Amino acid sequence: MSVTLNVNGQDQSVDADPDTPLLYVLRNDLKLNAAKYGCGLGQCGACTVIVDDKPIFSCLTPISLLAGRKIRTVESLGTVDKPSPLQQAFIDEQSAQCGYCIPGMMMRAQALLERNPAATEADIRVALEPNLCRCGTHMRILRAVKRAADAMAKVA
Amino acid sequence: MDDLRDPTHLTRRNLLKGGGALVMSFSLFGAARGQGDPDAAKTAAPAAAPATPAAKPPTLPGSLDTVRNLDAWIGIDASNQVTVFTGKAELGQGVKTAILQCAAEELEIDPLKIKLITADTFASPNEGYTAGSMSMQFSGTAVRNAAAQVREMLIAKAATQLNVDAGKLHAENGQIVGGPQPLSYGALVADQMLHVEAQPTSKLKDPKDFKVMGKPMGRVDIPGKVTGGAAYVQDLRLDGMLHGRVVRPPSYKATLIDADVDGVGKLPGVVKVVRDGSYLAVIAQQEWQAIKAMRTLARSAKWQEQASLPDPAHLPEALKSLANQDGVVADSKTTATGVVKTFEGWFTRPYHMHGSIGPSCAVAQLGGDGVMTVYTHTQGVYPDRDALSQLLSMDKSKVHCIHMEGSGCYGHNGADDAGADAALMARAVPGKPVRVQFMREQEHSWEPYGPGMVTHFKAGLDANGKIASWDYELWSNSHGSRPGTAGALVSARYLATPFPADVQKLSINPNGSGDRNADPLDYKLPQKHVIWHFIQDEPVRQSSLRALGAYFNVFTRESGMDELARLAGADQVQFRLDHAAEDRGKDVIKLAAEKFNWAGWQPKAGRGRGFAFARYKNHACYVALAVEVEVNMDTGAVRLVRANCAIDSGEIINPDGIRNQTEGGILQSASWTLYEAVSFDKTRITSVDWQTYPIMRFGGVPDSVAVDIIPRPGQPFLGTGEGTQGPTPAAIGNAIRDAIGVRLYDVPFRPERVKAAILGQYQPLAHA
Repeated sequence: MSVTLNVNGQDQSVDADPDTPLLYVLRNDLKLNAAKYGCGLGQCGACTVIVDDKPIFSCLTPISLLAGRKIRTVESLGTVDKPSPLQQAFIDEQSAQCGYCIPGMMMRAQALLERNPAATEADIRVALEPNLCRCGTHMRILRAVKRAADAMAKVA
Repeated sequence: MDDLRDPTHLTRRNLLKGGGALVMSFSLFGAARGQGDPDAAKTAAPAAAPATPAAKPPTLPGSLDTVRNLDAWIGIDASNQVTVFTGKAELGQGVKTAILQCAAEELEIDPLKIKLITADTFASPNEGYTAGSMSMQFSGTAVRNAAAQVREMLIAKAATQLNVDAGKLHAENGQIVGGPQPLSYGALVADQMLHVEAQPTSKLKDPKDFKVMGKPMGRVDIPGKVTGGAAYVQDLRLDGMLHGRVVRPPSYKATLIDADVDGVGKLPGVVKVVRDGSYLAVIAQQEWQAIKAMRTLARSAKWQEQASLPDPAHLPEALKSLANQDGVVADSKTTATGVVKTFEGWFTRPYHMHGSIGPSCAVAQLGGDGVMTVYTHTQGVYPDRDALSQLLSMDKSKVHCIHMEGSGCYGHNGADDAGADAALMARAVPGKPVRVQFMREQEHSWEPYGPGMVTHFKAGLDANGKIASWDYELWSNSHGSRPGTAGALVSARYLATPFPADVQKLSINPNGSGDRNADPLDYKLPQKHVIWHFIQDEPVRQSSLRALGAYFNVFTRESGMDELARLAGADQVQFRLDHAAEDRGKDVIKLAAEKFNWAGWQPKAGRGRGFAFARYKNHACYVALAVEVEVNMDTGAVRLVRANCAIDSGEIINPDGIRNQTEGGILQSASWTLYEAVSFDKTRITSVDWQTYPIMRFGGVPDSVAVDIIPRPGQPFLGTGEGTQGPTPAAIGNAIRDAIGVRLYDVPFRPERVKAAILGQYQPLAHA
């Protein structure tokens, strides 16, 4: 059946079963790479995207719940040529090894910084608790999010 | 017989040559495919054969020694496009960027203008596995030397062409300059010019003239990865691609009695259900349909299971009883004298997971030309090709493995298995690409784990507080069951005509495997005796996890060194310096201690400091680590508070790359050590997700991790990626010992174990 989803500011009509988790629609129907399959259980955060203003596990959220909601993925932030402050901070801090977990980290961090632009490192640690990284890039992820917070504060 | 000579077959390498315009000359010798593959080279490059086959060829730098022609590594076309070929794979360790830096430095070009081809059985040199922290030592060295030799050939060619003295010319930004007019590399390269064997020595640039090497360079893959670019095999979408899922047995020894193959075949979107013996898989149009069909199929399946696992409550005894062969790792053939004090301990580690965040994935397609193409994040495209060729009963020349990045693997995870599943499913739907990704529980319960180990350390001090005796024993599997044969692929074991797992063999060599770093060459010892009690049987599937046995051999040794220093009444840093065998070892020890402020550290309640040191594999990078931990005395929870690491990886290519991997290695190894153990009952693996196999989360992340690199200009590359895995558990264990006054012998240091130690109720798991 056809479902209309608002993804990255655009209404998109997709033909998928209503119980399909958002993740598969983003990746396969809309060909968006950033959100990743990690566990399908809400335990690792690799699939994290923002719905309205909150980070959610797209691997657990069926599309039937998302009509009229604003879904955002890393692709909405910026591009290689014009990266957002958060993307630029991840590049500047070289905050990736394999990078598989990073888009999920970024969307959870983006939601935090939108909610609390003055987030401290302690706030960032608490906010990122649901997301796993196996390469041990945590120190750099924390630095990147703090750097982005500082950069966004300057602009504001 | 030899389709290697078929010039019509379109390969990645042919395509790179831009319709045959120019470039290097592989195809003229028919070696376009697998030109760097020694198997192919035997038949494919007669012109390159040495004049006297009996003479031993000279040793060439790095992997040039096995793949000897320059054009296997460097290509330059008429448009001045430089292409670099490596047989190594990007695993998230930054190898692409580092290889580009090596090539760019010696070729005097912008690294971002180089086209880089990585592991691909139809295009790249055969460099075996990307493993063991050896990419820079082998591939980096080969590329750097090949690039330097190509540069000098271009200068010589320009000198002849311009009729000037070569000494007046130099390479600069893709041109040879200094003569009457600049000549681009592309204008100078002629057919066959680089189809020559490399020389044993190269005119390498002086490190003081480096523009790219030794400087931090942003990883070429990171901008794409943070903006939603297609970066992984998981992101590959081919036209008409189907989605496959496998239904794994519930336990290793299970056999399939029955499953509703016909019923599931009628579910929406299902294209095919594959059953072959106890192997079950489903292929569907859409991924979610495949997952739902997989679940239905799994629910319908009836299995006969067998209790085949060791008793988890008595794992150390089980491991010891499984050992069936002894090997002597080191024997000084001297007798210990003057021992006045002795420390002895039994240590254990559980099975550990690679725990990739993204479950393994592959895409395979059986083409109309009879070639099975497999896009895979394997660490070894050539050995994987060999295994797939056997699995599929297809000629090696008909199996094309192309590396694409996956989620970080840290060793032999499910990558090769996913490639095999994708190929088995693609064979069932010829012409259609099939993408397979494992479910979380499949990756968790079927990946080959880093093996459980037991070690026994006994060493003595003489009256001067110097080590006088050293006896070490380890009980361990091989830490290696990688492909090469089909039996290494999980699914192959469950087919109606199964391929048995390879029989593991005891092998003692300088790299070490289970015994890696068991020989204490880092220290000057008057007497030593090191024995490996080899476990051939694999009741729990095991293979290579980052650093292999070095993780636990270094843990044991450096825990022992800590206790010996205490027995001697010596400072732990000074005690190591007093026994260190190499000056470069002493240098990292001193630097880590200084940066940590070891000498000025003040004891605090619930805090401890620990130190550890090892030269990885006894011949790779030198790592020293000082850490501070915080122990919650009520709960037993331990947190790594800060770490100072000093590392000497030889000549530096990308300092930030070294830092990134070293920081990551410390955190990952800390996670193994503080939290992780694969759980199982007598039949099934019970660590099936991140709840049942917890790893480090942000709440456990240190306040600071600092890495200081000792530069060694002009010295060989020593590699980096695995050097911290062994020192980390030892430094943490030593710091806990410092904080609570009790030595922990058993990894992981979970709160219940630490709390028992605080309460005086801790009993080590293993004993004589």
